[in-house]
Amino acid sequence: MTAVVDPQVLADPLPPRRRNRAWEKFRRNPYALLGGAVVSFFLIVALLAPILPVPGPAETDWSAVRKAPSAAHPFGTDEIGRDVLSRMIWGAQASLLAGVVSVAIAVLLGVPLGMLAGYLRGWTDAVISRFTEALLAAPFLILAIALAAFLGPSLQNAMIAIGLSAMPIFIRLARAQTLSVMTEDYVESARAVGIGHLGLIRRYILPNILPPIIVQSTLTIATAIIAEASLSFLGLGQQPPAPSWGAMLNIAKNFLEQAPWMALYPGIAIFLVVLGFNLLGDGLRDALDPRDT
Amino acid sequence: MLAFIGRRILIAIPTVILISIFVFTLQHLLPGDPILVMAGEERDPAVIEALREKYRMNDPIPVQYLAWAGAALQGDLGISLRTQQPVLELIGGKLPVTIQLAVMALIIAILIGIPAGVLSAYRKGTWIDWLANIVALSGLSVPNFWLGIMLILLVSVKLGWLPASGYMPLSEDPMQSIKVMLMPAFVLGTAIAATLMRHTRSAMLSVLKSDYVRTARAKGLRERVVLVKHALRNALVPVVTVITLLFGELLAGAVLTEQIFTIPGFGKLVVDAVFNRDYAVVQGIVLCTGIAFIAMNILADAAYRVLNPRMSDQ
Repeated sequence: MTAVVDPQVLADPLPPRRRNRAWEKFRRNPYALLGGAVVSFFLIVALLAPILPVPGPAETDWSAVRKAPSAAHPFGTDEIGRDVLSRMIWGAQASLLAGVVSVAIAVLLGVPLGMLAGYLRGWTDAVISRFTEALLAAPFLILAIALAAFLGPSLQNAMIAIGLSAMPIFIRLARAQTLSVMTEDYVESARAVGIGHLGLIRRYILPNILPPIIVQSTLTIATAIIAEASLSFLGLGQQPPAPSWGAMLNIAKNFLEQAPWMALYPGIAIFLVVLGFNLLGDGLRDALDPRDT
Repeated sequence: MLAFIGRRILIAIPTVILISIFVFTLQHLLPGDPILVMAGEERDPAVIEALREKYRMNDPIPVQYLAWAGAALQGDLGISLRTQQPVLELIGGKLPVTIQLAVMALIIAILIGIPAGVLSAYRKGTWIDWLANIVALSGLSVPNFWLGIMLILLVSVKLGWLPASGYMPLSEDPMQSIKVMLMPAFVLGTAIAATLMRHTRSAMLSVLKSDYVRTARAKGLRERVVLVKHALRNALVPVVTVITLLFGELLAGAVLTEQIFTIPGFGKLVVDAVFNRDYAVVQGIVLCTGIAFIAMNILADAAYRVLNPRMSDQ
């Protein structure tokens, strides 16, 4: 499930002093730091994949088919003798890329639309809001599956499908935040001194609605990683032989009795990275919540 | 109340129209000529011509949409290319299986999530609260298809306690049916339980601070009475609406759960339709779940008003 930031939370802009306080609060939260450490670990592993001393992810060894974890293959080998650890390291790239890119799609499309609805109100707001409700009505994963099915199975299309499915959350959040910021005195003052629409949006509205968008993005990356793994598990994401955690689990379920390690480690990796993003998102939300300062 | 529901239905009509436009547009996302794709690999010219006629592909797009929406309004969502059955009949036939799975998952989620949320709020700041929060966050972070695979490995393969797959209709053998569905329902219920736990905890924390709970304690009522009769009853109001809104999550979760445990329900229908390029079925499923989700939203609003009489004045 996509955790949603309460639109009433974080409505206030963050003056510099409170920004420092937010950072202090974040720094003192051990769970948030743990989340940050886990996410950083996976990011580093994914980035360093090409230079890490492991066999290539597509390298097969027919003399080591479905071998249990050993010194040569710490996480064992798969059904055609490929090193599970290596495929997991390269799979981290697909998972993190899918999480970040799909959320970037959702933010880049959703936030401007939401701001437009909140800023212009009237008919624009009514049309965008009905459109958002229609998208929200279809369950996230079913919508993503339908889009991925029609667009065709690939990692790129899975990211587009997940991004479009996650977009309505950002439209709603940006709209609610814009409506709230628009009532602030400093926006009224800026208008009174004749600052134009674009200047108002760029200098006053956007910076003040960013904190909840950042929190929501962090939490949505967690959901997007699970969604990508789910689509790959169903065969609608990353296509073989390219490695992906979801696709590895799809194959592993056929060898549960003979090679349980094939299913164990990719699942733990998904769990850890999603938990990391959830802890980080929760920590950011607590740190940036103005009701609790 | 009827006037309220009527008003909500009227407001929902533009949303339903937008969903139908979206679903209709899906077929135009197909690369190339959608009719050629719909006609399958054989590409029989007679079938292609019949499909072109049926979907009015030579007409302008708005006319095509109106024809499609008109048929959908009369319950005609097209024919499955794979089974040659009407789509609505196909969806209707699979629903009871998924409803059984969803209801069992929801019962498990309520039995775990609500007591854990109450206990966590009541013991705020203690190790119980800490443990409940960690378990809930883990429940939200674990991919349910992986949990399913691990449970099959442990409970079915290693221990042999429960079957790993299959389905038995409730009407034929209720006990066996529940037994077969127990593990999938647990898998599906995990994330829901975590969500319920978080909502219950948050609602209980705010209720426990309220004046009437303080008054109830001051009157010397036993702590259990205060907790269950005064606090929980009020805290459950928002939780009940959350349960109604979890419908979408249950359906989405069912897609993967049914796939792992080979349960012939709605979720498996989605996946089979996707892989057989049975586009009419995929469209029908998105349309039906969208409309059902809106109906559940209206139900949630109505439930909230029934449970919270103060809302009736607004």
